[in-house]
Amino acid sequence: MAAQTIDPIHQFQVHEYFSLPDMGGMSFAFTNSALFMLAAVFLITFTLVAGTARRALVPGRLQSVTELWYEFIEKMVHQVLGHEGMKFFPLVFSLFSFVLMANFLGMMPYFFTVTSHVIITATLAVMVILIVLAVGIYKHGLHFFKLFVPSGVPIFILPFISLIEVISFLSRPVSLGLRLFGNMLAGHIVLKVFSGFVALMVASGGIGYFGAIFPLGMAVALTALEFLVAFLQAFVFAILTCVYLNDALHPGH
Amino acid sequence: MHPSGPKRTKGTVGTPEEGRLDDRLRQLGQRIDSEIAELRGPAGKSSLNSEAAGSAYGKAARLASEFVAGILVGGFLGWALDQLLGTLPLGLIVFTLLGFAAGILNMARAGRQAQREAEKDRRG
Repeated sequence: MAAQTIDPIHQFQVHEYFSLPDMGGMSFAFTNSALFMLAAVFLITFTLVAGTARRALVPGRLQSVTELWYEFIEKMVHQVLGHEGMKFFPLVFSLFSFVLMANFLGMMPYFFTVTSHVIITATLAVMVILIVLAVGIYKHGLHFFKLFVPSGVPIFILPFISLIEVISFLSRPVSLGLRLFGNMLAGHIVLKVFSGFVALMVASGGIGYFGAIFPLGMAVALTALEFLVAFLQAFVFAILTCVYLNDALHPGH
Repeated sequence: MHPSGPKRTKGTVGTPEEGRLDDRLRQLGQRIDSEIAELRGPAGKSSLNSEAAGSAYGKAARLASEFVAGILVGGFLGWALDQLLGTLPLGLIVFTLLGFAAGILNMARAGRQAQREAEKDRRG
């Protein structure tokens, strides 16, 4: 009984559970992606509500986690954006929590990884950049666009520099979205491929039975790495949001 | 490790019981301090810091994606301009080069920022 060829992409398929009424000529459906997004939001809400329900002086386990979670982001926002930037704390905290929970849910076997779809990460990234633009223009008006015109540059090369600065600014949402998507997609595919090796080698029998220990070891090590990456990418997403917001608050470098 | 006998120190007041407790507390504090110093290593930096390894990976992923994003955006802008003006290879070439420059700029900025953070860490 030879194992079927393992399809590492299969796990990223989106299934429709039931369709929703059409809106504006587009069809909407409740998919497994939507299910796991909802699950992430519910888990976050549940953890935070349950963790802050008792507000004991000596925190219990759940309360400790909640406090750690909160203070981690609070410290980061305060460090990058300063005191006046604390009004962006809810945004950064929500982004971090959502990405983190979606990544971690994706690490469970048979679960769907929401953040492995570029449409999700790109939407988050574009949202961040639009907020940065809106805040920058609201706070500084047209002075915000000085971001693209660095001072002290000779007039001859200024158009060039401005063009490069504009491209650099536009590349931010791309790098923000692509990095998260790429990391999650690549990690899950690699994990699947190595696990597939184990199944194939065991199925081939004989020496493969013992040889399968090597890809198994790789799969175990990669799982640990993927947990690290899942946390790290959520953190990077949050801290870069802060850095970009900092540009909006203080455009003159 | 056992406390080396109930040493009475001059600062303690109260019953002998409390004095012994004080002593033990102080010893524990010293032990913790020395263990922390040992863990931190000679450079004052944590040697078993998994965070450091993690953030190194994060930095590497960040640098790479900043560079790629610059080129992608530059190339796409050039291609879109070409579609509008009908000058196919020209805009693509010029803007990909500009995107290359933007990617380098992005990386330099990310690097400088990482350096600033490292310096801030070292100072305190």
